[in-house]
Amino acid sequence: MLRLIAQRLGLGFGTLLAASLLIFVGTEILPGDLASAVLQNSATPESLAEMRKELGLDRPAYVRYAEWLGGVATGDFGHSLASHRDVIEEITPRLTNTVFLAVYAALLAVPLAIVLGLMAAIWQGGIYDRLVNFVTLLTISVPEYLVGYILIKYLSVHYAWFPSLANVTPDTPFGDRLVLTFLPVLTLTLVVVAHMMRMTRASVLNIMASPYIEMAFLKGLPKWQVVVRHAFPNALAPIINVIALNLAYLIVGVVVVEAVFVYPGLGQLMVDAVSKHDVPVVQAAGLIFAAAFILLNMTADILAIVSNPRLRHPR
Amino acid sequence: MRLFGHRVTILAMLGMLVIIINLVAAIGAPWIAPFDQAEIVGDAWGDPDTDHVYIPLMGLDNLGRDLFSRLIYGARMSIGLSFIITCISFAIGIITGFTAAVLKGWVDTALSRLVDLLLSMPTLIFAFIILSVLGTELPVLITTIAILDSTKVFRLSRALAMNLAALEYVEVARVRGEGLWWVIRKEILPNAMAPLIAEFGLRFSFAFLFIAALSFLGLGVQPPNADWGSMVRDYRDMINLDSTAPLYPAGAIALLTIGVNFVVDWMLAIHSRSHGDG
Repeated sequence: MLRLIAQRLGLGFGTLLAASLLIFVGTEILPGDLASAVLQNSATPESLAEMRKELGLDRPAYVRYAEWLGGVATGDFGHSLASHRDVIEEITPRLTNTVFLAVYAALLAVPLAIVLGLMAAIWQGGIYDRLVNFVTLLTISVPEYLVGYILIKYLSVHYAWFPSLANVTPDTPFGDRLVLTFLPVLTLTLVVVAHMMRMTRASVLNIMASPYIEMAFLKGLPKWQVVVRHAFPNALAPIINVIALNLAYLIVGVVVVEAVFVYPGLGQLMVDAVSKHDVPVVQAAGLIFAAAFILLNMTADILAIVSNPRLRHPR
Repeated sequence: MRLFGHRVTILAMLGMLVIIINLVAAIGAPWIAPFDQAEIVGDAWGDPDTDHVYIPLMGLDNLGRDLFSRLIYGARMSIGLSFIITCISFAIGIITGFTAAVLKGWVDTALSRLVDLLLSMPTLIFAFIILSVLGTELPVLITTIAILDSTKVFRLSRALAMNLAALEYVEVARVRGEGLWWVIRKEILPNAMAPLIAEFGLRFSFAFLFIAALSFLGLGVQPPNADWGSMVRDYRDMINLDSTAPLYPAGAIALLTIGVNFVVDWMLAIHSRSHGDG
């Protein structure tokens, strides 16, 4: 089992390296040259040449890639082109905020999805079950900002239960933070929960067709006990997989939700940096998002191995 | 009701109705919309001037333009753009996918690894990286999203063609000495049509949501052009004054996506059933 896990870790690391190469190629070797992107309309041949030199673009690409990667490994992402501050200084508080939001949403969404999914499996074919299917189809089609603005309009403007702006600062106490970010978290939860619960239901129902489940029924166990004690543990591997994939989706959803609630997170920082052509910040933020995405996928693989005895002892 | 010999479910019918209404609005915008999309008919968020005999359905917007008219014109941009993107991504994805499946060998390996590489990162994040250097002009947006999206078309069409290429009649055509292009066009494409059409719907709704999200973030369609995503962005501050303005374009985005998904769901269902019947 350890060898398998080590294999996945190696694969994840390789993917991360590939992603870093992709980010570098995307920002530095594409036809649009970084210097002209930064200078935009004020570019003259002289200022372009000077800018290229300042950015180090006069040296070969592979040297710059090695330098950038070396810097990243030691926590040095370079300087922002817009604010001239250290990129790592700009990113750290934003990243903390985004991680807080994502973890808060995951803690709410995952247990909710599993419980609701198991309920759908127990009452399979009933009205509740069909309602779940319909709502899932709706939520995968509805963009985050529609959910967000509807929540703001009713829960914040109309009833004033929650604030519409999640304007946290580093000094905001933990309790206030939980209240301020409740609407963004609710938005994210509503967007991902339906899909997760539908997959939970499907995985459990898949197991329910096995002979040992019939045995459990025949010895007289009630249905909820069969589902929770016998089917659910064996359906864990696919459920974990779906949860990890949905959490990876959460990373992208976070970018939009942060914009809706004007939350000072990494997504907002990246969007601002993209419109300002602030490439070092875009590279760093992109790498962090990619790393989180890859990490979640890798964790899903490893947890699937750990939770499934058949994968644990491969032949 | 039956269509192409299949019973149409109520949801699929609803979906088709939504799609048709949207298409009519997009194509016939100048004739349907009460005003031009740039015409200022009154005060911002106010009522139309007295010389306009018209009760605004959704009110006026931040510059005093008629919101309903802008919504109808916005359909052109949103739907047109997503349609072009989906067509390009399908052209790239199908050609490379089928080529990989028919030729196999190093071509297949190279293309598959390239696609794996592109999929190692969330699409939105990758798009950000490209746009940060190339800017947000429409051709850049279209090409970027089309290429990123074509990776998923590649995977599906490669898998479909892999199954088909193993069948005798394709092998016969190869042995007969037919060229690669002929085999793809005459033997593989017609037999992969049904799942590909359903996938077209899925990819369309993906491209549609994607471009709307980019526009909402201010990195998509730029003024003076407007699509539904950028309209949500323009009107978003009004939500704090208890206005419904940003909900109209956002709702339009959701409605069309739901409609497309209903139809796709139906197509996938009849596809899987016809397989079961043999």
